[in-house]
Amino acid sequence: MGSIQLQNVNKTFGGHAVIPDISLRIEDGEFIVFVGPSGCGKSTLLRLIAGLEDTSSGIIKLDDKDVTDTPPAKRQLSMVFQSYALYPHMTVRQNIAFPLKMAGMDKGLMDKKVADAARVLNLTDYLDRRPRMLSGGQRQRVAIGRAIVREPKAFLFDEPLSNLDASLRVAMRLEITELHQQLKTTMVYVTHDQVEAMTMADKIVVLNAGRIEQFGSPLELYRAPANRFVAGFIGSPRMNFVDGADAGKYSAHSIGVRPEHFALSRTAGTWKGTIGVAEQLGSETFLHVHTEGHGMMTIRTHDEDDYHHGDTVYLTPDANRIYRFDKAGLAA
Amino acid sequence: MARAVTPARKAGMTILAWLVALLIFFPILYTIITSFKTEGEAAAGFSLIPSGTIESYIEVFSQRDYFKPFFNSVIISVGSTILALLVAVPAAWAMAFSPTKRTRDVLMWMLSTKMMPAAGVLVPMYLIFLNTGMLDKLHGLVLILTLVNLPIVVWMLYTYFKEIPVDILEAARMDGATLPKELIYVLLPMAVPGIASTLLLNIILAWNEAFWTIRLTAVEAAPLTAFIASFSSPQGQFLAKLSAASTLAIAPILLLGWFSQKQLVRGLTFGAVK
Repeated sequence: MGSIQLQNVNKTFGGHAVIPDISLRIEDGEFIVFVGPSGCGKSTLLRLIAGLEDTSSGIIKLDDKDVTDTPPAKRQLSMVFQSYALYPHMTVRQNIAFPLKMAGMDKGLMDKKVADAARVLNLTDYLDRRPRMLSGGQRQRVAIGRAIVREPKAFLFDEPLSNLDASLRVAMRLEITELHQQLKTTMVYVTHDQVEAMTMADKIVVLNAGRIEQFGSPLELYRAPANRFVAGFIGSPRMNFVDGADAGKYSAHSIGVRPEHFALSRTAGTWKGTIGVAEQLGSETFLHVHTEGHGMMTIRTHDEDDYHHGDTVYLTPDANRIYRFDKAGLAA
Repeated sequence: MARAVTPARKAGMTILAWLVALLIFFPILYTIITSFKTEGEAAAGFSLIPSGTIESYIEVFSQRDYFKPFFNSVIISVGSTILALLVAVPAAWAMAFSPTKRTRDVLMWMLSTKMMPAAGVLVPMYLIFLNTGMLDKLHGLVLILTLVNLPIVVWMLYTYFKEIPVDILEAARMDGATLPKELIYVLLPMAVPGIASTLLLNIILAWNEAFWTIRLTAVEAAPLTAFIASFSSPQGQFLAKLSAASTLAIAPILLLGWFSQKQLVRGLTFGAVK
């Protein structure tokens, strides 16, 4: 079991409320991702759940039991850190066994559990090495091994992949998702990378300035963003926004159009522009278009036609897929 | 960009380094050389070649008990170092891992006590020692040397602990380690090199401390610093004998420094290179 509940949690550092007031319920077995720009409070929120930071006010419950004042060592949560935070003076085996040793587990059972975890994570050959003799990906696996071996109530991940190179990051992303499907243990994962959020999460919590902007499944967030912030944050490349009279035509204060929701033409359309940079990815192309009156817009196209720097193009938004926002930036 | 090191340049640097090292070491070397001279040779003027006599040593041993001040020095330097570490490890730990707004100020304030001339508090300290019956007592000296060196010990440990990523300690907490277990299994093993070099350096500092050890002792608690001093004043210019006494006093610490130099250098330059 591993449900996590935050009730009116507030965290203030030196008079500044990093997290003014957050309430949230994470169900047992869910994979939840906290995503947001740097400084939005997502790591602080995770550390509050871990117990590494004290709440200024509010209640944190694990399995409906109040743990607000329980030290991290007693919360039965596992955490994987961005820096891996392996114990440099211990071997891989000792690193993975450490939580079990702290729990006072019997040696025979401990060895068996470490061997099992090592097998799952392909670390069997490295058990007697020290962390500094391992690659980044292997270190990350040891950190995960140390987390899973004790069968915690929930796993907490603090940007675990940001120190890895791009290809390894994609591979580890899959491994963590698979691990979740196998273990079915609650996972709370912090990242600033919305692609990680979209691909891994059952539900995403979008945070901004210590507030929850929206809480929902990846596709809910993509299809029905609650406000301009979420609309701009979820989706890559990001949504294009248009204000003023053109937005007024759709009876909105501002409208948003995703890069993939445009019709492109060389002869006629709603907005005229000139191509700045054309990013050819092979399977698709991102065009960065300087429009007349609406600044830079990004267009995703699968069109085989060659678009080049300096070409004039006309953009027409798909009227059914326009997002409308009111003056306060809320979805209208 | 790395500059190309030509053989000539390397040779030049090597010679320069040796010269500087020799220059720094020369007073000690000359003391050792003089200790193997006769008093006549020693008074005669500068010479690097002694006759090799050990009469000064024989005389030193016959006039004074060497072993009592030697053991006093051991007790004072080791005792004050251990006491300082017992206070400084938790202090440095708290300042490195849960700093407050005032931590910086506290550290600077501690360091500032080292900037004050010790002579400025000699009279009050002497009176305190006199009134509490700590004059010429080993425990008194252990106490004052602990206090004298505490700022340096805290600073060294603080700098050292700062190099330990706090993530690793937090990981230990998440893994179920209570505070004592976190200290024993994670912090201390990682800090062993730093604690060892702090310990060694502080023993050396305490061993060589002469201001307080000479002024607050007479016979019972007098360490080797007082032993040397006792040869200088009352008997006039007996240079060879004084050198022999000095050599005897510094020999133990010189040996300790020699055998632990790797550890010392590592401790003192820690953090300078990643």
